[in-house]
Amino acid sequence: MIGIQHYLVVSAILFAIGVFGIFLNRKNVIIILMAIELILLSVNLNFVAFSAYLHDLVGQVFAMFVLTVAAGEAAIGLAILVIYFRGRGTIAVDDINRMKG
Amino acid sequence: MSMIASLALTLPELILSTGALLLLLVAAWGGDGSSRLISWASVALLAIAGLSLGCANGVAFDGLYKADAFSNFAKALVYAAAAVSILIAPRFFEARGAMRAEYPILILLSSVGMGMMVSATDLLTLYVGLELQSLAAYVLASFMRRDSRSAEAGLKYFVLGALASGILLYGISLLYGFTGTTQFGGVATALGDGISHGELFGLVFVMAGLAFKISAVPFHMWTPDVYEGAPTPVTAFFASAPKVAAMALLVRIAVDAMGPATSSWQQIVIFAALASTILGGVAAIGQVNIKRLLAYSSINNVGFALFGLAAGTPDGVAATMSYMAVYIVMTLGSFLCVLQMRNAAGDAVEDIASLSGLSRTRPGLAAAFAIFMFSLAGIPPLFGFWPKFLVFDALVAIGLWPLAMIGIATSVIGAFYYLKIVKTMYFDEPAPAYAPSASRMENGLIALSAVAVSPLGYLAIPLLGALSMAAARALF
Repeated sequence: MIGIQHYLVVSAILFAIGVFGIFLNRKNVIIILMAIELILLSVNLNFVAFSAYLHDLVGQVFAMFVLTVAAGEAAIGLAILVIYFRGRGTIAVDDINRMKG
Repeated sequence: MSMIASLALTLPELILSTGALLLLLVAAWGGDGSSRLISWASVALLAIAGLSLGCANGVAFDGLYKADAFSNFAKALVYAAAAVSILIAPRFFEARGAMRAEYPILILLSSVGMGMMVSATDLLTLYVGLELQSLAAYVLASFMRRDSRSAEAGLKYFVLGALASGILLYGISLLYGFTGTTQFGGVATALGDGISHGELFGLVFVMAGLAFKISAVPFHMWTPDVYEGAPTPVTAFFASAPKVAAMALLVRIAVDAMGPATSSWQQIVIFAALASTILGGVAAIGQVNIKRLLAYSSINNVGFALFGLAAGTPDGVAATMSYMAVYIVMTLGSFLCVLQMRNAAGDAVEDIASLSGLSRTRPGLAAAFAIFMFSLAGIPPLFGFWPKFLVFDALVAIGLWPLAMIGIATSVIGAFYYLKIVKTMYFDEPAPAYAPSASRMENGLIALSAVAVSPLGYLAIPLLGALSMAAARALF
């Protein structure tokens, strides 16, 4: 029998992978965008699992909002990435270092 | 409550959002040539929205949104800061051929988001408001898209901001799951009968996500880079309006939703406050870029404002709100002075060394800058001292005097780098003079904010005290 705790563990693992994906990845900003999506999806999994467990619709409504906002966020992130690439000709994470200190 | 009554309560947001959409149509047809017109129309919209504050108080949309003295106080500050950021922009961007009609509209949309943030009484409204503010802010940071520093600032802000939203959202999902509701009142009721581990995790994640938005240590690392890279008017905006909104949101969620768990979040807030004041003071010392220095200064100031929240009393919350009110005047004034730093060719210069001997080439500007620096340092005759006093007074009143002592010690560290700028301006050999200021409006705004933080500001204490106390009472 799959219970609420299984969902929570999976979503916690996904969340951790997403966070590590942002910090450990030294290659490519696109991977960071994917890691952010992973974090948001893990949250959605939490919401839907809790919603089913509590027999309460609010969690599912919240998940729809998160999906919508995540789409907008990805669009803006890609747009910023495009203007960055136009100026610098690279999207390697190690090269994002014009400002330091 | 009927739909109409709910809509009436959200009047400021309605004015701003419909106005922003109409202006977006004007921008689409008029092109960038209409940007001045749109700027003035946006300022007018902010003024109208500001005047409509306080018309009605109450809870709207079945507890999703609340208009009260607290939200009105925060919104007034946010709208004022947003209006100043719009006013100072056209001249800056036109000199670089980068003025676009979308700038004031993005600020307006961000202001709608900030209004939702400070009025949120439900985790869902909180999240949507925060994202509306953040998404507009990411675009603003990379507004000078041909400038690689601006694009880099936007990219960094986006990645770290999205991470913060993710952390906050994970906390919200845990709070929802373990308390069974997303309403602040319901969360408070559920936390009242003891805190489970799940709820504690949710609380910590929510606090971490919000600490990111107010750039409190240890979630401050984006601040110096973004402040340095973003165009100066945008930096002025980031340092003022979103800070107030995120701080107000943090205060409301801490008191309204997590009030029964005060002892749990108090330690987090105390740690963030101490770390912010110390790091903000120490890391600023070696900076050579004035915008970077002001970024550390804003981290430092957020730490002081958090001391008020750490007290967890109505007095402490009132002190925090007063602190934010005085802080935005000081910080906007400082950034207005930074805007005047242009070399003879008209290009912006940002290194502190170029301020040398400013008292001889531009005595008025040097005097105003010195007033802001002394005020940020909290030196007594100036108004910046007063909110610092209130914050520490609130700490002493609940017996946290060791914390107040450490806070005062860190403000001495901060005083060092503020005074170093004053020394550079008044005692060093003059550097090449700046281009003369051509804008009467900017000079007027500098003079106005310098007078507000001068000892004359003490005349505003009864008003500020009454408003901030009413705001705090609305929460407790």
